[in-house]
Amino acid sequence: MTTLQLKNIVKRYKTNTVLDNLSLDVADGETLVLFGPSGAGKTVLLRLVAGVIDPEEGQILIGGEDVADIDAEHRGIGMAFQNFALFPHMSAFDNIASPLTATNATKDAISAGVHKVAKLLKIDHVLSHHPKALSNGQKQRTALARALAGSPPLLLLDDPLRNVDAKLRFEMRLELPRLLAAQGATVVYVTQDYKEAMALGDRIAVMSQGRIRQIGTPEDIYNAPADIEIARLFGDPTINLLDVTPKSGPDGVYVELSNVKVALPGMPSGVVGKPCVIGLRPETIAFTDASAPGAIPVTVEAETPLNEKTVTLVLTARGREILVSRPAGTPGPVSGPAHIAVSGQAAFLFDKESGGLIRSAATPMTCNGEAA
Amino acid sequence: METTSTLEKTLRLIALTLVVIFFMFPIFWIFLMSFQTNETILAIPPSVIFTPTLSNYAALITGKLTTAAGTLDIAFMRNLGNSIFLSVTSVALALVLGVPAAYAFARHKFKGSEDIAFTLLSFRFAPPLLVLLPLTQYFQWLGLSDTYFGLIWVYQLICLPLILWIVRGYFEDISADVEYAYRIAGHSWFATFRKIALPLAGPGIAAAGLLAFIFAWNNFVFALVLASADKQPVTVGALAFVTSSGIQYGQIASAIVLSVTPTLALALYAQRYLVEGLSLGAVKG
Repeated sequence: MTTLQLKNIVKRYKTNTVLDNLSLDVADGETLVLFGPSGAGKTVLLRLVAGVIDPEEGQILIGGEDVADIDAEHRGIGMAFQNFALFPHMSAFDNIASPLTATNATKDAISAGVHKVAKLLKIDHVLSHHPKALSNGQKQRTALARALAGSPPLLLLDDPLRNVDAKLRFEMRLELPRLLAAQGATVVYVTQDYKEAMALGDRIAVMSQGRIRQIGTPEDIYNAPADIEIARLFGDPTINLLDVTPKSGPDGVYVELSNVKVALPGMPSGVVGKPCVIGLRPETIAFTDASAPGAIPVTVEAETPLNEKTVTLVLTARGREILVSRPAGTPGPVSGPAHIAVSGQAAFLFDKESGGLIRSAATPMTCNGEAA
Repeated sequence: METTSTLEKTLRLIALTLVVIFFMFPIFWIFLMSFQTNETILAIPPSVIFTPTLSNYAALITGKLTTAAGTLDIAFMRNLGNSIFLSVTSVALALVLGVPAAYAFARHKFKGSEDIAFTLLSFRFAPPLLVLLPLTQYFQWLGLSDTYFGLIWVYQLICLPLILWIVRGYFEDISADVEYAYRIAGHSWFATFRKIALPLAGPGIAAAGLLAFIFAWNNFVFALVLASADKQPVTVGALAFVTSSGIQYGQIASAIVLSVTPTLALALYAQRYLVEGLSLGAVKG
């Protein structure tokens, strides 16, 4: 266990600034997920911490110690790579043993260490195989085992589930938190999959263009995304974003969707008349009867069953697209005209110009989209 | 390949045979010549039916060449030994110097690294004859002419650029992540070079070494000018067969057979690596 601190890190490749004055604190034993689109600088950040590349500016502290003059092999880090980066000419055993052979461990101790971690990851039966003879899932587990084998206080996992199939990814998403907790290591985990980020992170740092845009617990980020971009990245199906201009009425601030008033309780009157974007999570919208108060007329365009939920694409009178999500198996219109009810309680409001969040949903949601 | 008909197979066999005959015929003919006397070789029309003789080989091995004009001493076996010594030592030195250099050029882009690498390659552009005269003078001045050391040094002009550029490509093909992974696991850069980079580039290094060996073995001009009789390789030594009483075709043929044998044996032995090595770069895993 250790802490990791990055202070004002700048990394440039020629004129291209990959990391732009980035600072980050990871607490002892914490799992921090770096989440962001490709090209955000996540992998570069991990490599800086690992010590295989050097920053142009800034400080990296591991366990409070500046590691600028400490080579990669002395930083006490375990790392798993997105492309596995297994040693093709060594057996799985030797691959996993590599962090142990670097120490003065005896042969027996190395063997015991490898078998222990291999058993944990259920690859003890393929230890004699070379990477070529391993399935993708086994390669991924071998890479992970290698990162864990030396019991490093700091683990860097660079999108380790990227190159494995969906089934395995799902399994590992369930298994990893337990594994990481058992290690007790401080973990920095890179991913592009928001579900993975939510499942694994104690905290999530959302990165884009070399900066950290928001950092917080999964719930924080889901319930109070700092801007439109982040709101769009978290959630499946994607959040509905509609241009609106809040108005002021006797009951407080409201917006109009297809001429139907949607009250935004608790909204400061400062936003009135300002161009805004309202964010509505698909699971907060429900189909309703035409007679219900606040029912918005729509036309059903298409329906997509997504395992546990059914997602319907509807068009408003003005032709704006809205996604509505409901648990699979519940009744709903398949085509033609219908009505939806929008909860002002659960709506986000963003500033159209800056994209920044003005108000988060008054009713916090869990990551699964159920009211907490 | 189950769809291949018998006819197609036969045609393919004929075509292959023709190609093999076309390319192998000169070597085959030389092989036959090496067992003939000068008289049967020069007979018109030539014949493949003759009484084989080992006299050519005997002359080479004993070093006594009997011609119409008398007996001549030839140092063929010594030349062969020189060739082996010069080529092996040159390639070994080029590997020791070139492989780490290739690794440095592949992994560490420093200011001017491309220029240095290109300068080294450019040694291969210049025709050897161009540098020969000044080189000879310098070597005489330095006392390096007619020494094994001097020859091996000059042979680096042949071997080093070849090894450097071929091996560099193989190092570049190794994923940097694989090396990073080994470093992060707690190993020094030197251990990473030894345990990861070298084994993975192994086939490429073997292929480059073999090519360099063949080039060094076949070198003629450097050795012709810079080496005296006792240090000459076979390529130069073969000139001794052009005697005042005529050209000793039989001995030349057997000398060729003997001098081709080491390279051929090496190539056959290393064939697996050669094919693997030369094709490795094409298929990126």
